[in-house]
Amino acid sequence: MLQILFDALSLGSLYALGALGIALIFGVMRLVNFAHGDVIAFCVFALLWPSTDAMAIVFAGQLPWYLLVPFVLFCGAGLSVLCEIVVFRRFRNANPATMMIASFALGFVIRYFLLMLFSSRPKSINLLPELSQPVEIFGARLPLLQLITIIATMLILIGLTVFLRRTRFGLEMRAAAENFSMARMLGVRANRVIMGAFALSGALAGAIALIFVAQTGTADIQMGAAIMLMAFIATVIGGLGSLAGAVLAGFLLGAASVVMQVMLPIDARPFRDAFVYGAVILVLLFRPQGLISARGTKERV
Amino acid sequence: MSAASPAIEPQLTTGTIVAKTPRRFVLARRTIITPILLSLLMIAIALLTMMTGSRPFNQVIIDVFLRVILVVGLYVFIGNSGVLSFGHIGFTCLGAYVAAWLTINPIMKKMAFSGLPGWLIKAQMPYWEAAIIAAIFAGLAALIFGRILMRLSGIAASIATFAMLAMINTIYSNWETVTGGTSSVVGIPIIRSIWPYLIAAIISIFIAWAHAISRSGLALRAARDEPTAAAASGVDIPRERLVAFVISGAIMGLGGALMAHSIGVVTPDTFYLGLTFITIAMLVVGGMGSLSGGVIGVVFLSALIQTLRWLEAGVSIGDVAFAIPKGLQEIALGIIMIIILALRPAGVFGNREISLTRNRGD
Repeated sequence: MLQILFDALSLGSLYALGALGIALIFGVMRLVNFAHGDVIAFCVFALLWPSTDAMAIVFAGQLPWYLLVPFVLFCGAGLSVLCEIVVFRRFRNANPATMMIASFALGFVIRYFLLMLFSSRPKSINLLPELSQPVEIFGARLPLLQLITIIATMLILIGLTVFLRRTRFGLEMRAAAENFSMARMLGVRANRVIMGAFALSGALAGAIALIFVAQTGTADIQMGAAIMLMAFIATVIGGLGSLAGAVLAGFLLGAASVVMQVMLPIDARPFRDAFVYGAVILVLLFRPQGLISARGTKERV
Repeated sequence: MSAASPAIEPQLTTGTIVAKTPRRFVLARRTIITPILLSLLMIAIALLTMMTGSRPFNQVIIDVFLRVILVVGLYVFIGNSGVLSFGHIGFTCLGAYVAAWLTINPIMKKMAFSGLPGWLIKAQMPYWEAAIIAAIFAGLAALIFGRILMRLSGIAASIATFAMLAMINTIYSNWETVTGGTSSVVGIPIIRSIWPYLIAAIISIFIAWAHAISRSGLALRAARDEPTAAAASGVDIPRERLVAFVISGAIMGLGGALMAHSIGVVTPDTFYLGLTFITIAMLVVGGMGSLSGGVIGVVFLSALIQTLRWLEAGVSIGDVAFAIPKGLQEIALGIIMIIILALRPAGVFGNREISLTRNRGD
């Protein structure tokens, strides 16, 4: 029972962090960022030295953890901000479909850039092996890593909440998410806020990359896409633009996946994802505006 | 768009059949030049291929026609309703497997798909019959999914269609006895002639045109541009969307069946995110609201991809052999797409169609 709870929480953490990264950018720019998954993949491969061999040559991954974590977060933030400056700045006034396709094209560029350097074979890397030891809590044996994932996610969420509620920059960002043109008129600098959102989102991508690599022990170009799609769904059922909704929906999706894995009859288990997606459609039918609908996204007539 | 042009607007409000028929013909006569020009373009490409007569080039052109079918299918729904759908490749998947079920030799089929009902295992029909049934099957699936999904709009609808795609993919990847799971289904008769693909592409262009100028298509475009006003004038938005969804689903199914015959192998992952994004990208680059834009987007991006592939394989100019490194093809494609979209956010064609007369905005 406790095992299920922790599984759900740690899977939910990944989805919630991913959803947060997408929701942050959507909030300020109305951009659904399909390149987010590839930013995650980039952060993973930033740990490695470019080579096309099956064995990964761990490069930055050998750093002690107190240097490793900032390094990866910085990689994500840097790449994300770079994307904003080079590409998305030119799409500020484009319609959402165009921006979406542009972000997809950008993700494509990042993915094939990685492919050129590293080849498409998944590589195994052993990051922070001491974290995979089990620990015993309330009679359940859990990998230490799962516990750290959950705690780290909680810390990130609390930190982000404090940042958004208590600092001037956070206030500006929330104002921009609510009504961008009004915020600009009141003196919020657009470029700064948008770049801040991209930096935060990129750093979150870095965090996901770290957790994911530590959990699975492989680096795969495709891995970002799977998380990103779930995160993308979570942002929408959470209520686009609402950060709390994105986090809530991320955890719900993680819980739904884990619970269905346990509850479904054996024959139906391979179809688990089909049931999860079915549930997504159901949620959307009853609450098309999302679980927590953000102010300012409602259409006015 | 059309809803704003004065000649068409009365049709939306007056219900009298007497007044409608002649106007319909006027509209048809005025716009038919677009599908004719697009078909001529297709035929020109086909003739050019015949003249070069090289086998690999033949396959490239078949791919172009297939993508034309798929993108036209997408246009029928996305272009007219303005709702971005990520799920249409799911219908392509359905169509491809129907083609596999109906055309593979019964003896092979018995081994590959043990879970199929007996009558389906015995069935073996010519590819074009199978393709028509595939289109009908995909259309029916679109009708069932559409009944539920068309109540949504905006980004929620896009995500719901995406969830539908993922559902179809999960089911087809895991239902081993009926679909062969993730392993490739082989033994589908391969059609190497370009003509069936050309004909199917032209048929889908004309279907898309006929839908766009039909009462339902006009109402749907009115709802895309001004949802509140259209609903107030009596347009049943979910119903018009459903009509477009079913038609586009059927076209996607047809495309899927022919795609199965062009490569002879199907797997569920052939019809997943990669194909979804490349087809949507072609539509958006060409111009989301325009049939001409979709078709020319396909031709343009396919030509670009092919050129980059040739460069990757190496060309020699004079006595200097020149090749771009592997993987650069995709990177260049992505960069070029970004540049086009940055310069023309509404796509190359926007909402306009090609025609011989001066463009009136539709």
